[in-house]
Amino acid sequence: MATEALRRTPLYEEHKVLGARIVDFAGWEMPVQYEGIKAEHETVRNRAGLFDVSHMGEVVFKGRQAEEAVQRLVTRDVSRLAVGQAGYAAVCYENGGTVDDVLVYRTPDDFLIVVNASNREKDFAHFQENVKDLDVEVVDESDDWALLALQGPRAVELLQPFTQTDLSSIKYYRYEVGEVDGAYAVISRTGYTGEDGFELFVRPDDAPRIWRKLIEAGAGPVGLGARDTLRLEAGMCLYGNELDAETTPLEAGIGFAVHLDKEQEFVGQQALRSEQEEGLRKKLVGFKVEGRGIARHDYPIAVGGETVGSVTSGTLSPTLGEAIGLALVAPGVEDEFEVVIRNRTVAARTVPLPFYKREKK
Amino acid sequence: MSIPEELQYTKTHEWVRHEDDVVTIGITEHAQDELGDVVFIELPEIGTSFASGDSFGTVESVKAVSDLYTPVDGEVVEVNEALNDAPEKINEDSYGEGWIVRLRVSGEGDLLSAEEYEKLLEESE
Repeated sequence: MATEALRRTPLYEEHKVLGARIVDFAGWEMPVQYEGIKAEHETVRNRAGLFDVSHMGEVVFKGRQAEEAVQRLVTRDVSRLAVGQAGYAAVCYENGGTVDDVLVYRTPDDFLIVVNASNREKDFAHFQENVKDLDVEVVDESDDWALLALQGPRAVELLQPFTQTDLSSIKYYRYEVGEVDGAYAVISRTGYTGEDGFELFVRPDDAPRIWRKLIEAGAGPVGLGARDTLRLEAGMCLYGNELDAETTPLEAGIGFAVHLDKEQEFVGQQALRSEQEEGLRKKLVGFKVEGRGIARHDYPIAVGGETVGSVTSGTLSPTLGEAIGLALVAPGVEDEFEVVIRNRTVAARTVPLPFYKREKK
Repeated sequence: MSIPEELQYTKTHEWVRHEDDVVTIGITEHAQDELGDVVFIELPEIGTSFASGDSFGTVESVKAVSDLYTPVDGEVVEVNEALNDAPEKINEDSYGEGWIVRLRVSGEGDLLSAEEYEKLLEESE
């Protein structure tokens, strides 16, 4: 991996112009911050922020048995997805461990699955391997799309002047195909921040112009640093932290995206059913640190000196001003435990998720 | 990036100001810029002794945890308590109000001049 050249999105030059700090993220040169993580976080919570998430992957399923293929690959029952609708789902191994967490879009003829950048190659191989017997074409269209996310309470008013599509009529987790600044765009009312907003799938050649216009119109550029604090406040999972091959979607608390009763069996369904019946081996909890300190990924969780789990994500919440985190713990662990922060134990208390919920209009 | 002439520096991006047998230690402007928004600091107890190269505390930004190292041997005589409530002072004024700790020196360690530190930064670019 180290010898492979890092990849750049079509917006790389825009990030440089805006003074972004660029880091290697899953083999991509991506902006981690521009102005600063706290300021960018607040931009999204209070106004509108613009993210480049073009490194994410887009895999299209075409053909007579596209629906069967997707049904087999993801935990959600996609037969219940209408055309124009998107659904969050997990992709599992036979043993129930998680390959990735994804968004599934149903289009008039096909399905689109949006996958994490860090899992692109692995997912594509997993998809192909598991649908070989079906009449379906699995196409990696990742390089044909740039993906921009415009997120925040002012997203609608900021984007509306650039499109004929009536944005306020697009419901949450729905999308419309239209134009943004005269260019073809899939306008999806989805996001990873806990705010209202849109994800815009556009052609790579159009992306820099659209990016510049949205920035000129008042959107603040937001890097991956604030993307992480925003999603954590919203209680959303990050693959590699809350989810991995050793963790099932039930354990990671995304059972709402797992339809164990779905008629067509998905990879991992039997394992997840057994786990549901026999009880979870571990569970995801949200917590606040009550003493001084910030919990971080991989810090141990202890009760009475005994390790009962570990922190999956932790930060100082910019919105709440408190140290928050997610942890995978043994099923019996209840309200109180300690986080081991560099050989020091600090009290923590579980809290309901999400940590932050926007006020609905 | 500002690198005041009158201070000395470490390879781990702390700055040091000598006043008689007491040194004040902080982190450099470069270090705070690399860290980003500082949100938490762990300070040592007054009276604790450290040998040069020891970690005497940590500074945390939104994203990262970074150890603080003393370049001299000495005993903690003062800590910047104000940082507990306002760790952002490290970002805002890293060579002034963002100072971290004062040690009474009992043994000198390896220190860089401003010029040497500037060279170190250039080489690491």
